[in-house]
Amino acid sequence: MMDEAIQELLQLEVRIGSLRLQNPIMPASGTFGEEMDSVIDFNRIAAIVPKSITKYPRKGNATPRVCEVPAGMINSIGIQSKGLEYYLKKTLPYYRQYDVPVISSISADSIDEFAEMAEVIGNVDNVAALELNISCPNLKGNGLAFGMDPEVTRTLVRRVKDVTAKPVIAKLSPNVTSIQEVAIAAEEGGADGLNVANTILAMAIDIHTRKPKIGNGMGGLSGPAVKPIIVRMIYQVRQVSALPIIGCGGVMNGEDAIEMMLAGATAVQVGTASFINPMAMMDILQEIKEYMIRYKIDDINDIIGGAHKLSSAP
Amino acid sequence: MKAVKLKIISNHQVSERYWHMVVDASELREDVRAGQFFNIRCAEQYSPLLRRPFSIYSINKHNRTLEFLYLVKGAGTQRLTRIEAGERLDIFGPLGKGFTLHENGGTVLMLARGVGIATLAALAQEAAEQGLRSVAILSARTRNDLLAAEKLRGFGAEVYEVTEEEGNSDVENVRKLIERIFRKYDVRAAYTCGSRRLSKLLQDITAEKRIFAEIALEEHMGCAMGVCFACVCDIRDANGLNRTVRVCKDGPVFALEQVVL
Repeated sequence: MMDEAIQELLQLEVRIGSLRLQNPIMPASGTFGEEMDSVIDFNRIAAIVPKSITKYPRKGNATPRVCEVPAGMINSIGIQSKGLEYYLKKTLPYYRQYDVPVISSISADSIDEFAEMAEVIGNVDNVAALELNISCPNLKGNGLAFGMDPEVTRTLVRRVKDVTAKPVIAKLSPNVTSIQEVAIAAEEGGADGLNVANTILAMAIDIHTRKPKIGNGMGGLSGPAVKPIIVRMIYQVRQVSALPIIGCGGVMNGEDAIEMMLAGATAVQVGTASFINPMAMMDILQEIKEYMIRYKIDDINDIIGGAHKLSSAP
Repeated sequence: MKAVKLKIISNHQVSERYWHMVVDASELREDVRAGQFFNIRCAEQYSPLLRRPFSIYSINKHNRTLEFLYLVKGAGTQRLTRIEAGERLDIFGPLGKGFTLHENGGTVLMLARGVGIATLAALAQEAAEQGLRSVAILSARTRNDLLAAEKLRGFGAEVYEVTEEEGNSDVENVRKLIERIFRKYDVRAAYTCGSRRLSKLLQDITAEKRIFAEIALEEHMGCAMGVCFACVCDIRDANGLNRTVRVCKDGPVFALEQVVL
């Protein structure tokens, strides 16, 4: 075991705009909830990220909602939600007992609804930042995800920024031709940070029943299978945007988190890994500390974007 | 609730499709109830990636062991068969809500099919410990799949076996069997697992006779902690409204009358 005194000296604090995080490791929305408090100490993670909230209660999709694929998982939960009222009355107050910032993930059907929800949630004092789940379909537009269109992304982020003073993180969709274009659009809209990225649209078919393996047909791929794609996207976004990036996709251990930070991520979200190892976030933090000691890194901020300095890649 | 590495005492094949595993649970701090489950990591690798939920087959308090009877079905359970005695297994649990047994002196009826028999075996054990008489109807494709029958008999249960092989497992036959049991015994509670058809049958009968009944459900799971909302089912609440609940956290045992089958 490492000397705890040495570990105490390590500087792990990072910043997403004005949001100060005690370390770079936080849960990915939809993979975290109150129920995990008996498994991990919430006060030790960077932030609390409750499941995306919608304005009205939503029933969610048909089952099966998840299926396993090699080194990954496809899910289509359909944002089962108790609605904004419950969220304001129960979910947010519950997290007051912890000393870490709450990042509220918002999902909506239209730009107006995003703005409306952001204004209400942004006014709650224990909400430190907003994460916009712009990978959901724009029901008042052409049905495509907001995040698939740079212009829509720019407008959406700007509308939200107009109604809240809290830091706004746009959670980008990886299901685009150029993540750089959308990242630039979100930055122009006034985003304080970018989450790269949501799950990758995927499908699996049962050859015996000849039916899709999940009820909704298609779903989002997560887990170690997607990590190289996400590392590439973080790297590309870092090339064109100065905004802090939260890396999200397939982080299973400390090495994966370090890799994302070297690609340009300031913080890292952990999702599927917690299903396999409920203590994953704690283990990842420990492994990051061990890496820092091994390479004599005093401040974690020194490795952010580190791969860009050494690489001559375009 | 914690993930721990427990020592495997034995893990071997007991029939064509079933394996039996005994785990040293002396390091487990929490009490385990029949109907609860453990989410087990079948391999220390990324494929198969997810843990697999397994209900408990037997809870042996005297020697602090847990038994699992599992059906080898896919990549996860196939990989699990390769774990040998002496190795340690990454298990997370106990999880979920177990069965409710009332100490009211009556007979408990169990109706199980396939791998659901394993789930009710632990309940038969708990019933025996509480001095309750249990009567079980076990249904399977073949007689070979009914190996848990002896376990239930060992717990003092009166066991009726029906199989496709023998052509007596159809719902009508099971209905008649249940009616005979109701005539013979003072059945005050009923439990089921493993078949939608048979659960529906038991739901109708227990509703008509106003008898306490519970069902243990199975579903593909993500986190098994109640945070991902992957394993859901619909239940009818007291106002007759359908509500989507989580099998892993709100169940896997539910009041049979509430479950929408």
